[in-house]
Amino acid sequence: MSLFAPFRDPELARIQVEAIRRAVADHPVPLTLMEVCGTHTMAICQHGIRTLLPDQIRLISGPGCPVCVTPVDYVDHAVALARRPGTIIATFGDMVRVPGSSSSLGREQAAGATVRVVYSPLDAVALAERHPDRTVVFLGVGFETTTPTIAGAVVTARRKGLGNFFVLCAHKTIPVPMAVLADDPELKVDGYLCPAHVSAIIGAEAYRPLAETHRVPCVITGFEPLDILQGVLMLARQIVAGEARVETQYRRVVRPEGNRKAQELLAAVFEPCDAAWRGIGIIPGSGLRLRPEYAAFDAAVQLPVAVEPPREHAGCLCGEILKGKVRPGDCPLFRTACTPEEPVGACMVSSEGTCAAEYKYG
Amino acid sequence: MTSDIILLGHGSGGTLSHRLLDDLIVPVLSGLGPREQNDAAVLPAVAGRLAFTTDSYVVDPLFFPGGDIGCLAIYGTVNDLAMAGARPLHVSVGLILEEGLPVAELRRVLESLRAAADRCGVAIVTGDTKVVPRGKADKLFVNTAGIGVLDHPVAISGRGARPGDRVLINGPFGDHGMAVLAAREGLELTAPIVSDCAPLHAVVRDLLAELGTAVHVLRDPTRGGVATTVKEIARQSDVAIVLDEAALPVSPAVAGACAILGLDPLFVANEGKLLACVAPEAAEAALAIMRRHAPAGGGGPAAIGEVVAESGGRVRLRTAIGGMRAIEMLAGEQLPRIC
Repeated sequence: MSLFAPFRDPELARIQVEAIRRAVADHPVPLTLMEVCGTHTMAICQHGIRTLLPDQIRLISGPGCPVCVTPVDYVDHAVALARRPGTIIATFGDMVRVPGSSSSLGREQAAGATVRVVYSPLDAVALAERHPDRTVVFLGVGFETTTPTIAGAVVTARRKGLGNFFVLCAHKTIPVPMAVLADDPELKVDGYLCPAHVSAIIGAEAYRPLAETHRVPCVITGFEPLDILQGVLMLARQIVAGEARVETQYRRVVRPEGNRKAQELLAAVFEPCDAAWRGIGIIPGSGLRLRPEYAAFDAAVQLPVAVEPPREHAGCLCGEILKGKVRPGDCPLFRTACTPEEPVGACMVSSEGTCAAEYKYG
Repeated sequence: MTSDIILLGHGSGGTLSHRLLDDLIVPVLSGLGPREQNDAAVLPAVAGRLAFTTDSYVVDPLFFPGGDIGCLAIYGTVNDLAMAGARPLHVSVGLILEEGLPVAELRRVLESLRAAADRCGVAIVTGDTKVVPRGKADKLFVNTAGIGVLDHPVAISGRGARPGDRVLINGPFGDHGMAVLAAREGLELTAPIVSDCAPLHAVVRDLLAELGTAVHVLRDPTRGGVATTVKEIARQSDVAIVLDEAALPVSPAVAGACAILGLDPLFVANEGKLLACVAPEAAEAALAIMRRHAPAGGGGPAAIGEVVAESGGRVRLRTAIGGMRAIEMLAGEQLPRIC
């Protein structure tokens, strides 16, 4: 039997859907639930979960796709580094196609730059070891799920004494923008489906201020269909009961305190900073940068390059989509000027992007 | 052969070229002696319509669990002929060699080409060899073209899917693409994945002989995977196709590797898989024929969906939990996700 089968059992799904229906039956207004993580966005579309839920439940997608929230000037910076002679760009796969102001890494690769897709930041360290005459720049993009592994790569590179391994940092943290969106009166989020694997690192306790101060119910939810349905049910019950607590549906992985070792590694190498979110703007304290003692590995400090001035496509609604304010279909570019073949905005290019999910599975 | 690597001179047309051909390539591939070689193969006349196809192979690495570029180049072309309902007869082999290629690797590929051709009962009747400077090609590229004959009246075409048809696949999918990816990227999987690389002419021969006009569409879901091929069929036939997620056969190793990398097995390449649209009353018999030809221990064939009368070429997936969603083609290749 497949590892996933128990989490995709149709009979259990039917029972969950029925329970959700009963839970919200007498609630007078529709419930707006935001899934923050891009993997949730994909899973919801991939399993057709919207087609199962009662109309009263509205699922909106948040700013949790790491590629989507990476600002265009970061892509431009990576493109400029890719053009630098002797440089190898090492990156997770989905950054390759993201359009910058006038180019993308995929385009630069076709024009002769070396862009290598890696599956782990340690693969990028190994690249630097194998090519001592080249400069390896790893694109440090992502949330708390990936950042500890990048911290590990930086520590490893230092231990090995590598002088040709660098990270271009655009790391972000999840709870800060969730608090910003929770207070957005236009948005009115009734509950958060909190990310699964980010929470495995930061722990359930990290969301307590969201529930207690911002009064938004939070349920940390796994990525399988039954996880998501159960997460929706737990949120619906809290909302209907007028409660705002942090609950963990994804108990088989997430602990209240999170992964202490990963947190320590992260804190040893990175420190909080303000960060620019594509479409949202600068959110104070929502990013992570290398600590001064690791500045030798910071591509932005060590490898000066001229970066073109950023230019965003007029009419692109990625920003509003990332805040969950509009659905992809509301964007005038969706399916016309903006398609997976010719993406305009990041939400279309990333496999976890809301527009890509809607285009692919809608 | 004195040099143990390919030199530019092996493509010069001079004595080095002749020795490469006469001592290695021609004897291994066709068994012809130097005195029997001419500029073109002359083939006997056959009765029936002819099918003709060509394909180029650039797989990296050349050797992967379950196969190599040699057998792939024969099976790929044989399978394309089979998907037209043809019985494969003759193939050509064009080789582009990168300067510096170890001759031992070339020999392994040639022997694999020959063994695969013998297994399929096709003769390698003509060919060509070029050598390009280092860096101008990646080790070894192969082109094969093939001719087959349709000696039966059944019309097989991507336009043939009819409402009510069952969509069948002859076994679990996604193995080839994941085997090559794992070999190329050096992924250390605890359960090694082996390419499904295999010829399909025999199963097609039996399907057509035993079920005749009940077989409407045959396609091998190679690049782009099952999803892309099903989408092509739906578009060509101007119907809708509904796939049943719970019925999709994917081995636990492929499902696991895809889950880790964020890939969808529906879009992963296959090299020994066959999608068929058959009349509903013939579905059970077709599955039985596929089962007869399935490799031992490889997992069985399955009915994975149904053709629906609805114009527009849509493909939908009934998800395992009972939801419904669309399946679209990918824009480019699948890229592994960040998290």
